[in-house]
Amino acid sequence: MNAMKNPRIIGTTAVILLLGLTPLAFAQENYAMRVITVGMCAAIAVYGLNIILGFTGQLNLAQGGFFGIGAYGVGLLTTDYDWSFWAAFVVSVIGTAVIGYLCGLIALRTKDEYFAIFTMAIGFIIFLVISRWEPVTHAHSGVNNVKFPEGGGLVDFESPVAMFYLVFAILLICVYTTYAIRRSSVGRTLLTIRTSEDLADAIGVRVGFSKQLAFAASAVFGGVGGGLYATVVGFIGPDAASIDKTFEFLMFILVGGMGTVAGPLLGSMIVTFLFELFQDFQAYRFIVLGPIIVALVIFAPRGIVGYLGGFVDKRSRRRRAEAARGADDDLDSTGASTSGGAGDHRARNLADGIESGAGRTGGTPSSEETK
Amino acid sequence: MTLFIQQLFNGLALGGVYCLAAIGLTLVFGVLRIPNLAHGALYMLGAYITYFFLTTVGVPYIAAIGIAAIMLFIVGVGLERLVFHPLRNSPHTHHMIAAVGAMFFFQALAQAIWGADFRRMDTPITGELRILGAEISAQRIVIIVTAVIVLALLALFIKRSIHGQTIEAIEQDRVGASLVGINPSMVSMLTLGLSALLATIAAGLVAPINLLSPTMGDALNLKVFAIIILGGLGSLPGAIVGGFALAIAETMTATYISSAVGEAVAFIVLVAVLAIKPNGLFTKAVQR
Amino acid sequence: MTMLEIRDLGKRFGGLDAVKDVSLDVEEGQITAVIGPNGAGKSTLFNLVHGFYRPTAGTISFKGEDITHSSPHRTVAGGIARTFQTTNLFDDSTLLENVLAGRIVRSKSNVFDAVFHTPRHRRESRINEDKAMEALEFCGVAEHRHDLASNVPQEVQKRTAVAMALATEPELLLLDEPAGGIPEEETVDFGNLIRSLPQRGVSVLLVEHKMTMIMDLADTILVLDHGQKLALGAPAEIQTNPDVIRAYLGSTAQEEN
Repeated sequence: MNAMKNPRIIGTTAVILLLGLTPLAFAQENYAMRVITVGMCAAIAVYGLNIILGFTGQLNLAQGGFFGIGAYGVGLLTTDYDWSFWAAFVVSVIGTAVIGYLCGLIALRTKDEYFAIFTMAIGFIIFLVISRWEPVTHAHSGVNNVKFPEGGGLVDFESPVAMFYLVFAILLICVYTTYAIRRSSVGRTLLTIRTSEDLADAIGVRVGFSKQLAFAASAVFGGVGGGLYATVVGFIGPDAASIDKTFEFLMFILVGGMGTVAGPLLGSMIVTFLFELFQDFQAYRFIVLGPIIVALVIFAPRGIVGYLGGFVDKRSRRRRAEAARGADDDLDSTGASTSGGAGDHRARNLADGIESGAGRTGGTPSSEETK
Repeated sequence: MTLFIQQLFNGLALGGVYCLAAIGLTLVFGVLRIPNLAHGALYMLGAYITYFFLTTVGVPYIAAIGIAAIMLFIVGVGLERLVFHPLRNSPHTHHMIAAVGAMFFFQALAQAIWGADFRRMDTPITGELRILGAEISAQRIVIIVTAVIVLALLALFIKRSIHGQTIEAIEQDRVGASLVGINPSMVSMLTLGLSALLATIAAGLVAPINLLSPTMGDALNLKVFAIIILGGLGSLPGAIVGGFALAIAETMTATYISSAVGEAVAFIVLVAVLAIKPNGLFTKAVQR
Repeated sequence: MTMLEIRDLGKRFGGLDAVKDVSLDVEEGQITAVIGPNGAGKSTLFNLVHGFYRPTAGTISFKGEDITHSSPHRTVAGGIARTFQTTNLFDDSTLLENVLAGRIVRSKSNVFDAVFHTPRHRRESRINEDKAMEALEFCGVAEHRHDLASNVPQEVQKRTAVAMALATEPELLLLDEPAGGIPEEETVDFGNLIRSLPQRGVSVLLVEHKMTMIMDLADTILVLDHGQKLALGAPAEIQTNPDVIRAYLGSTAQEEN
């Protein structure tokens, strides 16, 4: 309806446009292009984490593992088995979906700390398999020369700009999917679970099943991000699946804002930039980043988009709330679309002798007082 | 049979280590209602500090463990003050994320000071004992004996001392405890400090057998979580039984099946327990 | 017609009977109340009907169908909604969003509908908003629809909880102390809301402590004591039943003060 006027949508679109135009500035600088593209791969996995952590409120510590499965699926299939990138990519993503779904069978029964501990175990098992199963994964020697995507003669994905736009396009799909989920009854279902599982149960939400699907979806996004990551960097080692990756993702989502549409993207880009600043002491960066994450959780848990969005929401909600309490002929669009039906019901209520509904439409002062 | 006896003692020694590490974790859960995901990192830090005092400074083994344990007690108190206390009213995901942040900080710190390479810690305790035909290294006997003594002291502390009793009181009823004048935040600090201290004793004992590395806490972290989930979050007897059970299962499968399976036992246990009873085996049914 | 049929229902926790041998018929279009001292098993009974707990004995059937072992999701989908004793709303959401959550169980569109914005998704979103608004109107809190649940008075919260339950389109509504915490002068209004539910096609099963309200509203009253049936009948019979007076009415008089 008035989507064009929604500051949240304007902001998100601006961030996306800005990102989409970066090749204009950095097209000649392969290193910069690559850093940004890798950051976008991570952002895709972070969108997965957003579904399970941001929307559903369950801490998934296996996301790095699923990222690793996607990366190794593409890496091993395109090198040792000489598959085309696209075939390997599709199979890897389906593979992560299946593994995610199966893990979800147990995850759906657990909640809160049990869920976190369970997923931590899953993440660790995936890492163990990848770093120890030498004959298949080459363990610490990693996988070299992962294939570029085939362009079918139309596009040459060896060009960093082409690769950038491939990842960018897939990232856009993830952003849009998150947006669509967020405002649909699916998103409402997940948010309900995040707030209170008991209440969700009471209003007929299929809590376990929804959690399982959210977990599987989260895994799929992780697999997509990992698969793209493998082809972007060309070389992968076991650290692609380590819990360090999960932690990076957590940091991205925390900086950007959990449960928001633009947060994972913004957070990934900002923190990727920070990581570049700490490039020289890669191994020790967590001495600084660890305390930063603790400080963020304590002092700014809602993230950049969370705070900005909260501010915008508060203003628009106050405006709408006042409109709703005020004269009924001056309703905003939501009210207008339903006021026809609502009027009838009020008439019926009155006929039934229920004064409570009509008697209060003048606006009770009590709600103002409580603020 | 000799092999079995040998492995049984290995299992008991490992069990002692697991118990000491798991008891701290389960106490923290009982009092603070937080699964401290940084517990393994505290254990790792304890091992390195013991190593530092034993090898670099050159104090006796027992003293090195003692100094490290006291230092880690302070680290644990600091962790509670700086990280968990400010988050006590936040959603449960927040303190878990913060704990992971602390974990990475400790790991990076250890790596910055001692490097990423594996290190070996030599113990002054050498020699072997011959029990029922099996040769058991003296270090393992020391581990078992120390673990039993520390567990006994802990039990005594909780039953007899004021502070111990407060820990128990809060574990059972946080609101009630604060009503009768117990200061919950004091007890929280004490509990986290105690858990770090116990983890350090475990680490100092096992370090001569295993190698040291900044990520040595990761695997232990999962194992102790498997133990306390098996034993019931917050249950002390559960942690002890679970610790020995897991350690013996691990050693035996490693000996008689394969070392890879031995390593996986903890995870199989964890996943199986959660699959059957998503809230742990021995937790009492909570009425809704 | 009998809507809900409870037969010899029992639930043991450990060695204790929380509910034992309870039988009750809830008639269509009526308001049936369950009363009893604290710990008499009223909430447990609700949890059993709703599927939160699995009964250890007896059967429950709804509109002739056995729902004894049905999950909460299936119970709600089948047409039984409930509210909680303590007000239970999503505090960080507006009232409209809260009531929309009640529409989840009636929504059929999935992620793909949402992503591709299919006609089904659009149609359903519109229906959901209409029904949610209707429920808010019915409960008399529509003008607060864009206020956060944590910002409105207790009475509005209680009404919203009813609206959220109504949004699931129930035929039977379980109300667990719906008027608890509401100031005395508002209870008459609130009672009117409950009384209007049967005309809407919603039968009511009610737990409440406010005696005047119960006697005024209920068609049938079941009195529980220690998980067992003490009496069953019309308000007038219950008020004169000596067992009830001895076991219950005396003790509430103290509780309410």
